[in-house]
Parts: sequence; C-alpha cells; structure tokens
Amino acid sequence: MKRQRNRLDVGARIDRSRRLRFHFNGKPYEGFAGDTLASALLANGVRVVARSFKYHRPRGIYSAGMEEPNALVQLGGGASSEPNLRATQVELFDGLEAASVNCWPSVNFDIWAFNDRVSGLLPAGFYYKTFMWPKSFWHSYEKVIRKGAGLGTAPEMPDHNIYEKRHQHCDVLVVGGGPAGISAALAAGRSGARVILADEQAELGGALLGNGERIEAASGVDWAMGARAELDGMDEVRVLSRTTAFGYYDHNYVLMVERVNDHLGAPPGTLRQRLWKIRARQVVLATGSIERPMVFADNDRPGVMLAGAARTYINRFGVKPGNRAVLYGNNDHIHQVALDLADAGVRVEAVVDVRAKAVGEAVAAVRERGIEVMAGHAVGGALGKKRLRGVEVLALNEKGDGFAGDIRRLRCDLLCLSGGWTPTVHLFSQSGGKLDYSENQACFLPGEARQAVSVAGAANGVFALKGCLGEGAAAGRSAAGKLGFREVGAPEALPVAQGEAGALMPVWRLPPVSKGERRFVDLHGDVTVSDIELAAREGYSANEHLKRYTSTGMGPDQGRTGNMHALGILADIRGESIPAVGTTTFRPPYTPVPYGVMAGRDVGVLADPVRMTAMHGWHERSGAVFDDVGQWKRPWYFPRTGEGMAAAVRRECIAARSGVAILDASTLGKIDIQGPDAAKFLNRVYTNSWNKLAVGRCRYGLMLGEDGMVMDDGVTSRLAENHYFMTTTSGGAARVMAWLEDWLQCEWPELKVYLTSVTEQWATLSISGPNARRLLSELAEGVDLEADAFPHMVVRSGKVAGIEARISRVSFTGELGYEVSVATSYGLALWQAFQRVGENYDLTPIGTEALHVLRAEKGYIAVGHDTDGSVTPGDLGMDWIVSKKKDFIGRRSLARADTMRTDRKHFVGLLPETRVPEGAQIVAEYKRRPPMKMIGHVTSCYDSAALGRPIALALIAGGRERIGETVTIPLTLQGRVVKAEITSPVFYDPKGERLNG
Amino acid sequence: MKKNKRYSIFSLARNARNYHENWAAAWRSPEPKPSYDAIIVGGGGHGLATAYYLAKQHGITNVALIEKGPIGLGNTGRNTTVIRSNYLWDESAAIYELSLKLYEGLSQELNYNIMLSQRGLVSLAHSQHDLREIERRVNAIRLNGIDSEMLSMAELKQLIPILNLSPNSRYPVIGASIQRRGGTARHDAIAWGYARAADDRGVDILQHTEVTGFRIQGGRVEGVETTRGFIAAPKVGVAVAGHSSVLADMAGFRLPISSHPLQAMVSEPLKPIFNTVLMSAAVHVYLSQSDRGELVMGAGIDKFNSYAQRGSPPILEDILAATVELFPIFSRVKMMRQWGGIVDVCPDASPIVGKTPVSGLYLNCGWGTGGFKSIPGSGFVFAHTIAQDEPHEIAAPFSLERFSTGALIDEHGASGVAH
Repeated sequence: MKRQRNRLDVGARIDRSRRLRFHFNGKPYEGFAGDTLASALLANGVRVVARSFKYHRPRGIYSAGMEEPNALVQLGGGASSEPNLRATQVELFDGLEAASVNCWPSVNFDIWAFNDRVSGLLPAGFYYKTFMWPKSFWHSYEKVIRKGAGLGTAPEMPDHNIYEKRHQHCDVLVVGGGPAGISAALAAGRSGARVILADEQAELGGALLGNGERIEAASGVDWAMGARAELDGMDEVRVLSRTTAFGYYDHNYVLMVERVNDHLGAPPGTLRQRLWKIRARQVVLATGSIERPMVFADNDRPGVMLAGAARTYINRFGVKPGNRAVLYGNNDHIHQVALDLADAGVRVEAVVDVRAKAVGEAVAAVRERGIEVMAGHAVGGALGKKRLRGVEVLALNEKGDGFAGDIRRLRCDLLCLSGGWTPTVHLFSQSGGKLDYSENQACFLPGEARQAVSVAGAANGVFALKGCLGEGAAAGRSAAGKLGFREVGAPEALPVAQGEAGALMPVWRLPPVSKGERRFVDLHGDVTVSDIELAAREGYSANEHLKRYTSTGMGPDQGRTGNMHALGILADIRGESIPAVGTTTFRPPYTPVPYGVMAGRDVGVLADPVRMTAMHGWHERSGAVFDDVGQWKRPWYFPRTGEGMAAAVRRECIAARSGVAILDASTLGKIDIQGPDAAKFLNRVYTNSWNKLAVGRCRYGLMLGEDGMVMDDGVTSRLAENHYFMTTTSGGAARVMAWLEDWLQCEWPELKVYLTSVTEQWATLSISGPNARRLLSELAEGVDLEADAFPHMVVRSGKVAGIEARISRVSFTGELGYEVSVATSYGLALWQAFQRVGENYDLTPIGTEALHVLRAEKGYIAVGHDTDGSVTPGDLGMDWIVSKKKDFIGRRSLARADTMRTDRKHFVGLLPETRVPEGAQIVAEYKRRPPMKMIGHVTSCYDSAALGRPIALALIAGGRERIGETVTIPLTLQGRVVKAEITSPVFYDPKGERLNG
Repeated sequence: MKKNKRYSIFSLARNARNYHENWAAAWRSPEPKPSYDAIIVGGGGHGLATAYYLAKQHGITNVALIEKGPIGLGNTGRNTTVIRSNYLWDESAAIYELSLKLYEGLSQELNYNIMLSQRGLVSLAHSQHDLREIERRVNAIRLNGIDSEMLSMAELKQLIPILNLSPNSRYPVIGASIQRRGGTARHDAIAWGYARAADDRGVDILQHTEVTGFRIQGGRVEGVETTRGFIAAPKVGVAVAGHSSVLADMAGFRLPISSHPLQAMVSEPLKPIFNTVLMSAAVHVYLSQSDRGELVMGAGIDKFNSYAQRGSPPILEDILAATVELFPIFSRVKMMRQWGGIVDVCPDASPIVGKTPVSGLYLNCGWGTGGFKSIPGSGFVFAHTIAQDEPHEIAAPFSLERFSTGALIDEHGASGVAH
C-alpha cells in the first residue's frame, strides 16, 4: 500500500487516527475518516480518475462537490453496485471499492481515446450529418455508437438495500447548511417555529468547511459546530445532514433524499436512503453558489481544478492538490487561494489575473509574499496530457478581449481557476421564481418569487461571509415572522472582518491562440468553444437549441460549471446581452436521484396492495388457481389433483347446470346509496327507470359514459324507501365510485344522495344450480324461499347459518341462484357452513372461468370483456333497457348519426368449428395475404359442456341481420383459418325457464 | 466562399480540414413577407412536416411557418421518442403506419440523420385480461398488413434477459407482443431535419413570432395577427399541441380537448443494457435506452388540467416504482432529468386533423400521447388537406365533426374492467 504522499501533517476535518482502506481500479489505497473518495485519491497522488464522455480524454478531479464534471465512478459490485457517483461526494468508508467508468481496458490506457485523434470529424452534431448511407447500415453504426456512449454500467443484481418515504410538514424549511442557512435556521428556530434544516454534506458549515474563514474569534467551523449544538437543543428543529433537496413543486412541496448509511457502505438489508416529502409553509433557500472556471486550450488536463476546490482539499481534507501551482482567474478568490496554497507548502509560481488592475487586500497580500501577480494576463493553453506539466501565459490587449505579446511558459502541476460564482438558483427556478441577470456579478440572481420562498447568502449573490450571516438571519426571522413567530432577544450581528474586494471582470471567450485548439466549456460532454460557434453558425443559436445540438449541460453534472460560459459565449457570438439570450429551464432533480428511493417500499409484493376476500385462505387450501382482476386475487378455477384447466372448468360448469355450485362473489363493487333523491340519482346514471322499483326488489342496470358507450353494469336493490344497494363490476368498482361522486359533487350538488363504498364491508357468495334452493333452505332462517314468496330479482333479510344476511335471488349463470351477503368478518364462517351442508349436494366451488362459460352460454355480456368502450346498448341488443322517457348520462350521444347507424357492430353468437382465441378477428372475405377487411372480432369463446361444442360471442358489423351466415376467422398467429356460423348470442335455455324455476 | 449544405461523411471530412467554419445555416431567419400562399402556425414536428410536404408534395412553396419561440421545443422536444404503428382500429393503424413508413426513409429524404432505431417494441401482459387485449390488437394489426407478433415467455426472456419474469412478482408477466419495426428516433433531429428541408424548398421559418389573433372576414380566414405584424394568407394551418384550444378560441370555436401534463425522465447514461422499447399498460411505464445511454421513461398523464409544462411528483414515484418492479437491477440507477409537456387529449384519445368552422382554417391537434410517432404521417395528410381543401383519405375519419356524429375512434376504450 502506498503512502498518502500529498497528505498534510496537521489541521483539517479528517481523523488521522482512523485509517480506512479502499480500492480504486483494483489497486489498494488508504485514506482517513472524513475523506471523500476524491480527497483520498488526491492524497495518494492519483491523477487520472476518469475519461470524458465523447473523446475519452484523461481527466482528473476538478471540484470538491456535486458540480464535479469529471470524476464519475462506479461504486461497489454485485447487489451494491452503483453507477455514476461523483468521487467528490462519496464519503470514504473502510472496504470501499470504486472504479473509473467509460474506459477500456483501463483509465490510463483507453482504446476509445482514438476518438480524440479524429475529433476533427466529430464536431457537435456530427451524427446528424452522416451514418445515412447505406440506408440499412444505421443499425450497425448505432451498435458501435451505443457501445462508445454511456458511462457506468447498470448493476447486475437486484438492490440489497431498502428505502423508505416520510411525509413531513414544517413552518420553515431551510435548504443549505452553510453560514446563511445556519443563520436562517437559528433565527427561525429561536422564534419557536417548526424548522427543518437540510444540508447535503456530512456536517454543517458549507463553504466554511473549506475556506478557513473566521467568525468572531473562532474558526468558521467551530462556529458551525456550536450552531449545530444549539439547533439540536431546540425541540421544534430538525437538522437533516446528508440530505439533498432535489425537487421544488407547487404549494411549497419539496422532495429531499437523505442518504442514511451510504457513508457506512450501506450493508445488505439496511435502510440506505429515505425520501422526505416536505410541505413547508415557508422556504428559505441558502443553497450557496458554484465557482466557474476559465476557458482556454486543453483546460481539461488532470491538475486543472477550481480554485475553491483546491482550497477545500487543503483546509477540509488536509490534502495538497499539487506541488507547484499557477492560479488563473478574474477575481480576488484566486489570490486568497494562492495564500492558502502557499501556507500549505505548495510552491506558487504565479497568479494570472485577467484584470489589468488587480487590486485589493488579497492581491496585496500575495504580492507581499513575493508571489508573482501577472495582472492583465491570461492562460492561453495547458501543457501535458495525463497530467498537467505547465501553462502558456499571454498578455492581454488593453480592452482585455485579445492577446498582445509573446507566450510565456510556466511549469506547474496544479492550475487553480476562478471565473466568478454562479448562485445555485436551481430550486428557486423550479419553484417558478424568475431570474434576473446581474451585470456586476455576471450571474443570474433570484428575482420575483411565485411561492412562499426567499433566498439568502451566496445563492442570492451575497458572497462575502458577513453578508451571508446577516442575510440568512434576516431570512429566517422573516419567514418565521410571517407565520406569527417572533424571535426573542435577537442577538447582535456577528463581527466578521471583511476586506476590501476588487470587482470581477467577466471573460467568457478569448480568441484562440492557435487554430483548431480545443477549449472545453462543458467538460463532461466534451463541448468546446468551437462547438458552440459551429452551432450558432448553423442556426442553432437559440439557447435551448444550442444545448440540444451540442449537448451542453446534458450530463449528470447538468453543466453546473459550464452553462454560464456557454451562455456568455453564445451572447458574445450573437452580439446580445446574456439576459437577452436567456437561461435554460432548471428541471428536477437538482442532483440525480436513485430509482429505488423514489420507488420506496412500493416494489415486489408491495408494488400494489393485494386484495383478498374473506374466503381467500379457504380457496388457497382448496388448490384454487388465481387470476389477477385489478388488485383482487380471484379463484380462476379449482382443479382437483391431476386435473387440467379444461377438465376442471367443465366439471364446474356441469355442477352448476345439474346440481349446485358456489362462487365467491365478494369482489363485486358495492355502493351503499342513501338519501331522498336516490331514485332520481339512479335514473340519471342508469339507462333504465328506477321510479317503480319496490322496496325489496332488485333490478339490473346499465351505465353509459357521456359518449353513450357501455361502461359498467350490475344489479341494484332497494332496501328501504331511501336506501339502495348498487353492485358494479369487480374491476370497475373504484372507477364507478369516482365517476358517481364526480357527478354528485360537481354537476348535481343539489341532489340529496350519499354514497358509501362498502365493497370491503360485505362478503358475498353466490350459489346456483337446480339444487340451490334446497341447499339454502338448510341454512336460512325466517325467510320463505319458495318460488312464489321469493321470486327472481327479490332481496330479503334474514339469518343464514345464524349470521345476519342479505339474500338476493339473482343469477349470472342462468340457473336458479341466490347471492348471500354477510359482514366480511363472517364471510369465511358462512362459506364453511355452506361447505358443511353442501356435502350432501355435491356442492362444487367454481371459479371465474366457469362463471364466464355459464354466462356466455346464456349470452350475458361481461363488461370490459365483450365491450371495449365502443359499444352502445343497441349494439348489444339491449334497447329494452334504455328508457325513452327520461334523461340519463349518455342519452344524447345515442341520438347521434353514427350511434344510430343500423350497420354498427352487433353483439351476436358464433358457432366456430373449433375453439378460437378471444380477440380473434373476423373477416367478410378471406384472402391469402393481409390486408383483409375486418368486420368484427371474437369477444368470448369457450368449450361449452352444456352444448358439447365450442361457442363464441362476437361483435360483428350488421351482425343481427347476418344470423345464419358463415364468416371466416383467420388465425394468422396460429397459421389456421376457422369458419363460424353467426347465431343468436343466447345458446342455452333461451326462454329463461331454469332461472325462474 | 460557398457554404456547405449537403451532409455526408465526405462533406464532414472536407469541412474538418477548415475547422467546420463553412457550414451553412440549417435554415434561414428571414423577415416576414406581407403575405403568403399558406401559413402554418406552430413550429413543432407536425407544423414543420406540414410545411415541408406542402412544398414537396403540393408545390406550395410560398409558405410561412410561424412559431412563438424557437422551433421544436414543445412536445416535439419533450417526448420519449417512441415510434410504433401497432394501433387497434383501422383508422389509427392507417395513419400511424403511413407515419412509420415515412419515418423509415426520412434520414435519406431529408439528408439529416434522424437516427431511426427500429429495435422492436414490446408490450407486456400481466393478466388474462391484458393477454386477451394484446392478442386482439396483434390479430387486428396483422390483418391490416402491419407487422406484429406474440412472444413466448422464452422469446421474451431471450430478448430482454434483465426483465423480471418471476411468477412471484405482484403482477407477473404472462405474455407479450412485439412490433419489430417499432423503436425510437432522435426527436430534435425530426424538427431540425424538416425545418432544414422545408427552408431549402423556400418555406420561411419565422421563429419568435407569436400569433395573437386570426383575421376572419365572412367566415373566411384572411391571415394572422402576430407580434411582428399582420401576415396575410388565404390558408392557415394550425398545429400547436398544448395550446390548440387557446388558438381555436382566438378563431371563435371550441374544441373537445382537455390539456394535461405528461411527464418523462431520463437516467444518467449507462452502457448498453436494454435494446428494445418496452411498454406495460398494467404496471404502467414505457422505457427505452437512448444512444447516449440514458434510460428514457414515461407513463400516463397527470389527471389535472394544466398549461404549465410541469407535472406532479406522484406520477414520478409511480413510474419509478414500476420500473424497479420490472427491472429490479435498476434500483440503484439514478434519475438525472425530469420534465413535463402538455398534451391535448380528445375524448376518444384520437387526433383531430381537418377543416374547421372557419373556411381556409385547418386544424391538426389532439394527438394526446401519440404526437411524436405520428409526425410524418400527420404532416403528410395535413398538407394534403390544406392544399386540396379536402381531407386526405387517411385523415377523413379524424374530422372535428366526429364529435357531433358520434363516429369516434376510441383508442383508450373501456378496457381494464372485468367481472
């Protein structure tokens, strides 16, 4: 194991007593607790950590945070493998394994780097201009392109961690735990408001952790630790570290991900991350800012780094990011960083400042240390390939937009850049807030807000520490104050020394030093200044077009370090101001979010609730095969040992026709309807009339959509004067309930009708067959079951097997039938009671398949099976159920020209030669090859035991006029053709004698 | 020096020698003329394709295409780029198949690589009901002369080895169909390719020009009022998905359309792992992997009406849960970017292409979630309709009148219920 040769001996927020071992690209290294993977790699002198997306250029660590464009790694392996993590954000743990992505065979020798050699052929959008010939070859080209693209690899195994979600309300949500956010949380917390402070880092402090600034007599870090202690002591304040707010939606709804134990390696089975869904009354965004780089030739070489990152590596991680440094920028920050570097023992060659007059305290201090300040100069290019070896510096002309004088070479292995700061306005923009451009600071700042949100500190363009503390406190106080919370004894503003600062001089683009050089704007996507110029030349000069044509800002870093330069260069080319060119939309998420945490527990068996009836356990024990009907598990058929589906269904059908069968009908939707206007309501939602339905009677109803098409059906009974009980299809229950409520609440608020879904409150079984009455009579008490006393479509209350029950005489099989409903908790007891007495009757449990055969023999429709939203009652031959005397939903649509056509598709029966798959199409004229004109399709098809042959139901154009004709069913999937005769849809007992028996 | 217009590997190589400094603009940015033979409102794929086919098929080249922002940034630039023609009803099959056929030759026709990737589109069945519906569809599609097949579970496993086919999952996959000619294409390239080809034939593409009203005299359209002044034309075609009702309102009639957000998202780029397009109606997600390596996903519309191009989080949670359910290995993959568009949905989920109550004013809208895949076919028949003042045969069933006659083409139907 190698020594951590770039590690400083003292200082920083790492624990030198806790050594952590890790592997990178298969090699062992050592770091300390408190390190990130990036800081540990730098400490170990690892320079090349990644390859770029397009040209596969060697890349090093560029930043110290989420803005990192280069250092993407694949973490772990197997079930813990995670692609595309930023090494700058991965907290080191013992045993960590990481590897570079997008390179082969290794990051140091990558075959794909051939792309860099032929980069002249691969400018922005090159793929739109070629790979078009020969036509059939694109698929082959594409395969190669796809292999070259992509970054990390998808894991090969399912995730072994779990995720959860939490909903939380709060008064004030503070996003960002730097000086401004801490101050806001303290102010709001001291007033007694319920506060959540969320920060993406492991510990509070934000920029203070890395910049070494002081507050009062203490270090900034100590101040932050003190604040943390105070916040932890407040009952109504919750501090969430390692938590990133990534989405800001309407009504101050903010989504955040908390990384619960990634920093411990997230052992198998543990909770890895938590999704917080926050509804905040007020939001304070103290999201800080991101440093911008400078743009010049080969500005992507390993060793080129943001100035603030270099500072962070020294002050927070105790790592020397290089031995010999040049700093280059357009503002005071490079001078401050030069001092920190010098203090850490780095040899500072020069500070190259584009400003002709570099003045201010920091500049003076640098000069005092004897470091050369090259004012009015620029870096023209970087030297070296896999590591930075030097820079070329040129003097700028008087206007500062071109070069004057000769190239001077400086040797260095570290180049620190600062091109100013871009406030992190992503969440503010997501919230709907407007952005205003600040010419002074050359950045977009939050403008008019659309939601209850304020922005403080660097995110608001206030970059100096003193301002951050003051503005944060004011924002926290104001947010809580708006909600009626008053801070008691507000402390004085903290004394912070603030030096005189020089103004920033924005430089977006300088002329090339030599033709064909590559100046990278978006490091991740390998987008150069020339690419932007080309896009503009070709007319893709709208900001959004530029982004899409060049893919600027489309990578995992979302262009955090490059977007402002792209915009500035585009504005420069167009000769317009930056605000005129505009900014692209900031879209969620702020940083990439794992699918797993968004899915939470809603995967596997919990993907959707499983609904089971009270009798489910019995069905399972009895060997039922289940079918998913919506969320319900319904017995499909009950095979006996060694029995196949066809034989089981046949047996079940014969039982229902010759003896007695029992079916679990609990899944049918049930809606309790009460109120003086209930009959009026039913009249409006069903096609038939409900005025004359007597108490104790049932009626079948058909429900249409506004388009006049059948949407649901079922039997409704009248239990009392103003009390009805509706049943719906199993699959349509929720939809019908919502539909009815919609009409009641939005269209007919004057109706006094109250709906209650009672699907889950009642367990229902249905018995049918010639012996149904005899069977029921053994269990029913106090109900006269004789045909005259209890005819078809009548409902009675009574006791069945000693349980309070509703008994209705209804049938979906065409046999004498009863439905018995009891409270769900008694469902199983009732079912078992029937099994007990049923032994004498050879009572046969049947599933939905047999039910379908039985109802199809009778020509009864199954909504959603025989109908598909394009079928009217008339099409079904059910005009008898459509009232001509009253209005109902869908009535007007039935009077339209097309719905009144006589050659519409009619519901008919078919006698096919052999059983055909449901969904088979019917043609009038069979041809050997498609296309063929289709005249309808088979909606249901079964082998009928009662008829001893296959039967089918179908929708056929003009079908009722074609009864007796033979049609053809071409089964192109099976390679056969079946003939069928059109018949009436009622195959069995057309007079309905069995039903009324 | 003459600017380079024709695209090929040779012109690319030639231009590499002078650092690509001689490429011509893909389309001009002309000043509006006072009048045109026809105006197309809306610079999305549908509008651009219409302008192109007006020029190419009908010789009408004095055309202005008016777009309030930059072209191609509405739904054309916001969809999940899925292309297919496996529709149930004959009318839908005809227009989507025309579209797919045009897509198949579009790179060469436009001399702009739209990266049509026909890697097959798979639809999953999770219940007997799904299976029945899928089989019905496949039967109908095949008899319409369009490719479609059922896949056995073994074939499905071979095609998508990473798919969760466990019989113990909440909604186990029990079958699937495939349209092998289905796939994806590069959405931006469709807009830019049509724009470049239309411009080449004389069409004026007027970006940043917003229509503020129609000038209508005696029931006839005379032109449009815009933020750059009045522009006259005897024929005006409108293709402004997301805002169709707003423009119809300006012209004085109403549309049976409701506008909803439709969300989509991409993951971070991954090495190739998934090489088909997958749809599941029951577990509700559709998914493909782009050439950049991003997993591209979408699902159903947000239920509320909106003109804001953003959706709400519950849909995202549903889509991602569905994705992890179908592909458990994607749990640690990360969502990188997420966005919304606004789709105009008709009551029967089919589009409106044809004439309007205003003479000379034509309408193309209501494509709902099917807008991208229909661009070439839609532009083709709409151009015909405008040029001939008579609906193209394939467009005829999609008239606005069908909502009064009742001749609906119900593509979403009442499926999903069962006894």
